[in-house]
Amino acid sequence: MSLSGNRTAPGYGAILLRGLLAGLIAGLLAGVFAYSFGEPKVDAAIAIEQANADAEVHAAGDAGHSHDDEDALVSRDGQKGGLFLATGLYGVAMGGLLATAYTLLRRRMRIRDNGRAVLGLAGGALLGLVLVPFVKYPPNPPAVGDPSTINQRTISYLSIVVIGLVAVWAAVLASRSVRAGAAEWLRLTAGLGAFLLIVVVGYVLLPTIDEVPGTFPPSLLYSFRVTSLGTQVTLWLVLGLALSALLSRLSAVNVPGKSDSVSV
Amino acid sequence: MPKIEAARPLITPAVSARTLWIAAAVVAGLLLLAYLVAFDQGAVSRSGMYLHELMHDGRHLLGVPCH
Repeated sequence: MSLSGNRTAPGYGAILLRGLLAGLIAGLLAGVFAYSFGEPKVDAAIAIEQANADAEVHAAGDAGHSHDDEDALVSRDGQKGGLFLATGLYGVAMGGLLATAYTLLRRRMRIRDNGRAVLGLAGGALLGLVLVPFVKYPPNPPAVGDPSTINQRTISYLSIVVIGLVAVWAAVLASRSVRAGAAEWLRLTAGLGAFLLIVVVGYVLLPTIDEVPGTFPPSLLYSFRVTSLGTQVTLWLVLGLALSALLSRLSAVNVPGKSDSVSV
Repeated sequence: MPKIEAARPLITPAVSARTLWIAAAVVAGLLLLAYLVAFDQGAVSRSGMYLHELMHDGRHLLGVPCH
């Protein structure tokens, strides 16, 4: 297949740079979303944590202990600024990974348009990396979660992330395994079946974790989880669109002969 | 902006063995970066809990398990 025609395709470096940039943009925008909609929920959850801690201190008759801002390693304002550092760096990492996946997989993908190929990969990541884990292990606000189980919870979370990505990959393989010329519904059903099979097995095998205290407000828990999901969807949506846009510019100005001579 | 689909070349970089090695190194570096944001508690970054606490809110809102 001579897909690249007589023009030289851009190198990995050019694509990677655009991935990192798209990731930074996506991370910062996800940070804006999280700051606007998520931080009020985090504040409310910390207020509950604080009230519980204070009640315990009073019950024990111990006046010397507090979790106030003064003795915290990073103040609440610092953590709100650090939110952008976290989402920015995380976005850069995901952008680089998406660009690398694109570089390695582009020739194997049966999507003609480059922009669609990028969006397809970003959509697959959103499904496997965010939505599948979200259903099994929904994110929790501060004041929820037993510190002594953090290792167990981290391992379980990483396991479901891997299972989610494998399920997406299996869905693609299954839909391709259907004989050429078969109806669209048959290929979709094969893909969906493989995806569901792996996800359900993962859901059943991995331990259930529920550490939400009975006293925690359900509406706050719900709205926190929705904003957390919104943050991650924002990140992957913007990342896919931004990398798609940057690559379309790259191909539009790409000149034959020299692949990395593009200045953007 | 340009809507000329047919004339646009497909971006399909050739993947050489060298590119594969570079990609592997880049992926390792990016996973380390994601680890520092999402899971590190000072063990790798040698910053004590400072980075962990600084990125606390981001971790919660990115859906990663936390204390």
